[in-house]
Amino acid sequence: MQRLYEVMFIVRPDVADEEVDKLIASLEQTVTGGGGTVRSTEKLGKRKLAYLVRKFNDGNYILLTIDADGSLIAELERRLRVSEPVIKFITVRMDEEEKRLAKIRAIRATKKKVSAIPAEAPPAEPAAAPAAPAATETATQASA
Amino acid sequence: MADEATTPAAPARSEGPGGGRPSGPGGRSGPGGPGGRKFFRRKKVCKFCTEKIDAISYRDVRLLQGFVAERGKIVPRRLTGVCTTHQRRLTKAIKQARNIALLPFAAKF
Repeated sequence: MQRLYEVMFIVRPDVADEEVDKLIASLEQTVTGGGGTVRSTEKLGKRKLAYLVRKFNDGNYILLTIDADGSLIAELERRLRVSEPVIKFITVRMDEEEKRLAKIRAIRATKKKVSAIPAEAPPAEPAAAPAAPAATETATQASA
Repeated sequence: MADEATTPAAPARSEGPGGGRPSGPGGRSGPGGPGGRKFFRRKKVCKFCTEKIDAISYRDVRLLQGFVAERGKIVPRRLTGVCTTHQRRLTKAIKQARNIALLPFAAKF
């Protein structure tokens, strides 16, 4: 039962970029090793934190979007908790939200089609029908 | 603005939201004219409903900051005009953002 999760975590600002990449790589390994898939990895860069976290004022934000099941997420969170460069993390479950958004989009798509077809077709057809025969009639009259 | 809302508006508000709250932002026809009410609010509409913003994510701080006061407190729905469902989602997003240090819990100026 694969669920969609967003994991955002903050890495200390004083670790080097290679370290950050190594950390991300090891986390991705954990996910794929446990039977999940990493949809995307985004580095949001250094940002100022809204409050002091472990005496740091800014941090490196990283966002992972993952398909995984619950036990794998528990393992991932354990690793994040234990790893020293990570100072904060949050995991948000996104699959219900995705379902809701997809539903809304589907409704919007059908709404557009329903409103487009009767609006276009009846004015188009009656407009085309009298226009076409009228045009042909006038054309034939003009020619004859 | 916080003082206005608590002191003189408190007795005035008891009638307004009593009739207005069940009907939401479209039901504010009570204080339609000058009835001695200083804080007659025009019909505020929910920003999310009109602009059709579906997803309120904890990540877009700019959007969330519009609904957070100076000290970092979440602004009540009667001041922003947001509808109930969106206010609940907004609150959830703000609290998530606070947890990941994108928004402060309490800001000092």
